[in-house]
Amino acid sequence: MIDSVLRTVRLNKSFGGLIATNNVTLEFERGQVHAIIGPNGAGKTTLINLLSGDLLPDDGEILFNGRNITNLPPNKISQLGIGRSYQKTNIFAEFSCYENCWVAAQSRLNTSMRFFRSAHQLKAVVERTERALELCGLSSRRDSKASAMSYGEQRQLEIGMMLATEPELLLLDEPLAGMGSEESLQVIELLRRLAADHTLILIEHDMDAVFSIAQRLTVMVNGRILETGSIERIRSSQAVQEAYLGVGEDAV
Amino acid sequence: MSALIRSMPLLAALLALVLFPQFGSEYYVGLVSRILIVALFALSLDLLIGYTGLVSFGHAAFYGIGGYALAIAFQDASVIPLWQALPLSLAAAAFAALVIGWISIRTSGVYFIMLTLAMAQMFFYFFFESPRYGGDDGIFLFLKPVLMVGSEDILKLDQENNFYYFALSCLVASYLLLLMILRAPFGKVIKAIKANEHRVRALGYSTSGYKLVSFVIAGTLAGLAGFLEGVHSGYINPSYMSWHESGICIAIVVLGGMGTLYGPIVGAFIIILLQNFLPELTEHWQLLFGGIIIAVVLFLPRGATSLYPHLRELIRRPQRGEREPQEAADD
Repeated sequence: MIDSVLRTVRLNKSFGGLIATNNVTLEFERGQVHAIIGPNGAGKTTLINLLSGDLLPDDGEILFNGRNITNLPPNKISQLGIGRSYQKTNIFAEFSCYENCWVAAQSRLNTSMRFFRSAHQLKAVVERTERALELCGLSSRRDSKASAMSYGEQRQLEIGMMLATEPELLLLDEPLAGMGSEESLQVIELLRRLAADHTLILIEHDMDAVFSIAQRLTVMVNGRILETGSIERIRSSQAVQEAYLGVGEDAV
Repeated sequence: MSALIRSMPLLAALLALVLFPQFGSEYYVGLVSRILIVALFALSLDLLIGYTGLVSFGHAAFYGIGGYALAIAFQDASVIPLWQALPLSLAAAAFAALVIGWISIRTSGVYFIMLTLAMAQMFFYFFFESPRYGGDDGIFLFLKPVLMVGSEDILKLDQENNFYYFALSCLVASYLLLLMILRAPFGKVIKAIKANEHRVRALGYSTSGYKLVSFVIAGTLAGLAGFLEGVHSGYINPSYMSWHESGICIAIVVLGGMGTLYGPIVGAFIIILLQNFLPELTEHWQLLFGGIIIAVVLFLPRGATSLYPHLRELIRRPQRGEREPQEAADD
């Protein structure tokens, strides 16, 4: 019996005739980095969208810490402690880097229906914002307008905003996509540090990164789970090699 | 210190407005009073368009309701106590905004525009076709509200100068109120909603609540403007709520510069003064009026007030050696 943070039970989602998520039953163990890999169109992002509440499943269940969160809206899911970063950069382009993290950090107040005192007097929010900026490595860019930053920096900000909400479980949708090798190394280092006290669910195409961070792997093909297990098990899986790594017997 | 310097033009403008009745004739004091009312109306709409990202095409409904609440409740009264009439108008506008807002914020984009327009038109036709409230003639108010303490009249709004200062105080108070709200946690959230609502929801905010509160605040302030207009003109009719009013209000906000609190005020001055003086030049003034609006939109897409930073830049440029760091997002 593993201690699972998040569990999906026979999750299904289709768009018209396309079955994007097909009977997905998965368990994510507390404190582990669980990577989901698979070719383009395998349904990885759809799965993340179901977990974060951005999409509603057609049927099936999602349980977070034993609680059924299947039909909750994204804001409720975020408040329960599931943070996500987006594959396509999804930030406040006209805000400064600091203000981007600020909005995220402020979301942990009981309510933001506060009208009188200036927001920047809220010490706890200031601290959360600073911590997130430092973690994602953007402290020195705090006053830059987000749209004026490099693509890699915007990706870092994306992660910083997620961290500012202080989630317990992180859903990372291709955090390394489009990053230079220098920035990539930084982010991998950050993910490794986060893995110490968070649970991470990671979609990533960079296999070196995946193999260096993840403890568990799930391979998806056509909306279905092909195989799930430890890295060794996936590496040696015949089905995975044929379907995905695809280069035949002499690979690996 | 730099904040003080930055607000210098605003303080100078305020000083000019405070001193104006000492120099202007009664006609011009009346004209500027009207501008102050329209400025307040546009300022309230800017909270929606410029800060929350909600393009309401029915904002005149609340303007009209503020006026009608006053007229209906006090048309036969022998005295209109300000501290009864004003809260009544504000409450009526707030309630209407709560209902209209609750329905409309479920939609977005073009659908939001259509829905707010349709609901404002419903109010328009309700008053247009109700003989009880004067139909298309509207209601005349022969008295002006007075502020009384005991049986002593402290402030009578039937004198043009008194009214002027009252309207100016309402505008300044609303400006400061919005300034405060926008710097508070609430303001951070609505600005973020304008920038990227989907992301705000993903960060854990229930965005519809914030949009609704913003809608109600804006509607209430529009009601205040309608109350003032009713008092000032002594006359309220359905055209207060027509879609022309909503449309001209959007034009004022966009022309002046949305997303700044001073933009709509400057916009109100430009539009009303043009409407007032262009007809003296030519009978085809509407053509000229349209041309000026087009020119501003084309050459100053961020509104007339965006000219000011340009000018300041031009004056400062010669003494500057290196590039300045990029400015952070607008406050």
